[in-house]
Amino acid sequence: MQRKVPALLLAMLLATGLAWAQAEEAPLADPVEATESAEEAVIEGVEVEADAPITSAPIGDGMVPPSGIVASDWPNDAGDALLVSWEPGSETGNETFIGYSVYRRIQGEEELALVAVLELDDGTSFIDGYDPDYWVEPGVQYEYSVAAMYMNGGEVASEITAAQETAANQFYHTGKTRVLFGCVLFLGLILFYFHAAQRGLEMYLRPIAGIEAIDEAIGRATEMGKPILYVPGLSTISDVATIASITILGRVAKKVAEYGTPLLVPNRDPIVYTIAEETVKQAYMEAGRPDAFDKDSVFFLTQSQFAFVAGVNGIMMREKPATNFYLGMFWAESLILAETGSLSGAIQIAGTDAVTQLPFFITTCDYTLIGEELYAASAYLGREPKQLGSIKGQDACKGIIMAVITLGILLSLTDLIAGTETLNWLKNLITMPIVD
Amino acid sequence: MKRSVPLAIVMVGGILFMIQYFIPHQHSQTLFEYYTEWAPIVGAFALVLGVGSLTRLHSHKIKRKAKNWQYSYAVLIPLYSIPFFALVMPQSLGGGMMQTMGGDRLTMGVFDFAYMNIQVPIQATMFSLLAFYIASAAFRAFRAKSALATVLLLSAVIVMLGQVPIGELLGKWFPKVGLWILRYPNLGAKRAISLGVGFGVLATQLKIIFGVERNWLGGAGE
Repeated sequence: MQRKVPALLLAMLLATGLAWAQAEEAPLADPVEATESAEEAVIEGVEVEADAPITSAPIGDGMVPPSGIVASDWPNDAGDALLVSWEPGSETGNETFIGYSVYRRIQGEEELALVAVLELDDGTSFIDGYDPDYWVEPGVQYEYSVAAMYMNGGEVASEITAAQETAANQFYHTGKTRVLFGCVLFLGLILFYFHAAQRGLEMYLRPIAGIEAIDEAIGRATEMGKPILYVPGLSTISDVATIASITILGRVAKKVAEYGTPLLVPNRDPIVYTIAEETVKQAYMEAGRPDAFDKDSVFFLTQSQFAFVAGVNGIMMREKPATNFYLGMFWAESLILAETGSLSGAIQIAGTDAVTQLPFFITTCDYTLIGEELYAASAYLGREPKQLGSIKGQDACKGIIMAVITLGILLSLTDLIAGTETLNWLKNLITMPIVD
Repeated sequence: MKRSVPLAIVMVGGILFMIQYFIPHQHSQTLFEYYTEWAPIVGAFALVLGVGSLTRLHSHKIKRKAKNWQYSYAVLIPLYSIPFFALVMPQSLGGGMMQTMGGDRLTMGVFDFAYMNIQVPIQATMFSLLAFYIASAAFRAFRAKSALATVLLLSAVIVMLGQVPIGELLGKWFPKVGLWILRYPNLGAKRAISLGVGFGVLATQLKIIFGVERNWLGGAGE
């Protein structure tokens, strides 16, 4: 058996090599011989009807090349793409036809460059400029030729045709109009509630257990004389969840400063570390206790994900903090952190917008801020009118989305029950892709 | 000045890049590319501050002979010795970083040895703890203490049995019902959370752009 396998592999290699050599020689043969060799070389697995015209190319007579090449500007781009399309020639229905080669040159140049090879299923058009090796420059006049390719390697090429348009820069992406409409609507609503809140409009916010428990958690740590651990997520400052976490850190640090409770803030990202340190320092100043701020309370640990987890877990087991906050962006480490915190006996408050990590936090923590509650926490803690207004604005946006979803469900049900498609136009309006 | 300049930069930058999303023009794309290239450079400089923080924290611990101060040596010695071996020490003395040719290792110094034989196994160990923690978390979550917890337990059992071959042996409907739970109730809830997160992100960004939210500047909302 051990000897048979290499022998079999060697035989397969030899057979492949011979077949390849035959295929390489075929285009060099004269048209008549090539036709015969193409018939012989009808590749295994490709069914050819007995009377199908098997021709090799280039043969000249009787073969009609692709024609009607149209090269127009591809819309909504930085002037770096052209849409090239053509009419097929006599290759359609020919069993040895395998696809198209598209050639291009700048007007005035001699040599054509092969910019694309399309298979049968790719159709009779392609977008030129997406290949980084053959980019399209805006305003440059190109010329195209399309050749039908055959199994024996021969090609029947069209005439060289100048592109009808040059690639042009666009100032507005028309496919994003619906996004623009949505943005304007939602921005308008949020700004409206900002101003309404400033004018003194009373706003009710439903109580969120996780946020209301923050004071209780800080108080518990103070009574026990143990530190509070605050992990502002593992992401960078460009993540909005991290910014939301830093905002909550400011509020927590202010209360911690007032109560004189020790605070530990380990960081994974150096930029987040510098901002967190400044935030905590400022909070201590605002609480009127700048002298109580310990520079070592906010520190950088490591950028390595699991090394960070190991470090924080070590702190939990050694320092035994009374309260753990995990607010921000978390990945696979969420459960390792929260389970260790649970083992250490700390009260735990978590919050993240990472949907996949939420179940782990809900299972292991005492309170969890789910998704948007993380963003709302800062407004809840501060109770500033503009902050509250932004939450009302979000609620209004969600109200609109809920209404649209309900409408979509009703329309689908109506059609399903009545067996009609009368309201399809409205359903399509709701379910159409947001960016074309 | 300390606050107004960063606020102005954020406001101008925020509005500019909001508009940039709708402009496919070459200049607009170039501006965006410049920005994305600059951002990591700032991060690289901040790393120096991070290493400084770590050094200060642990040197203070050693100096004050704080609790468990010996561990601080375990942080500081590799923190400086590993880059020293990788970047300063000559290759003849075990320095430098691994060089390969066609998949074969040509040289392997102290840095690579420490990375491959200490850091990688330790990280793998930390990650593998997750399996045990998932089991303990599942045990806690699936205790049928209330009606809702019972529904959760039943759903979890169906989904889990639907994912393994024995589930299909027990009942042909297990994979189908499991998939239905994942595709409809579960996906619906996930999308609802994502929708809320989307609006939360939008509102937070607006608050930052218009200067309503200023804590990221290092203040506490004042």
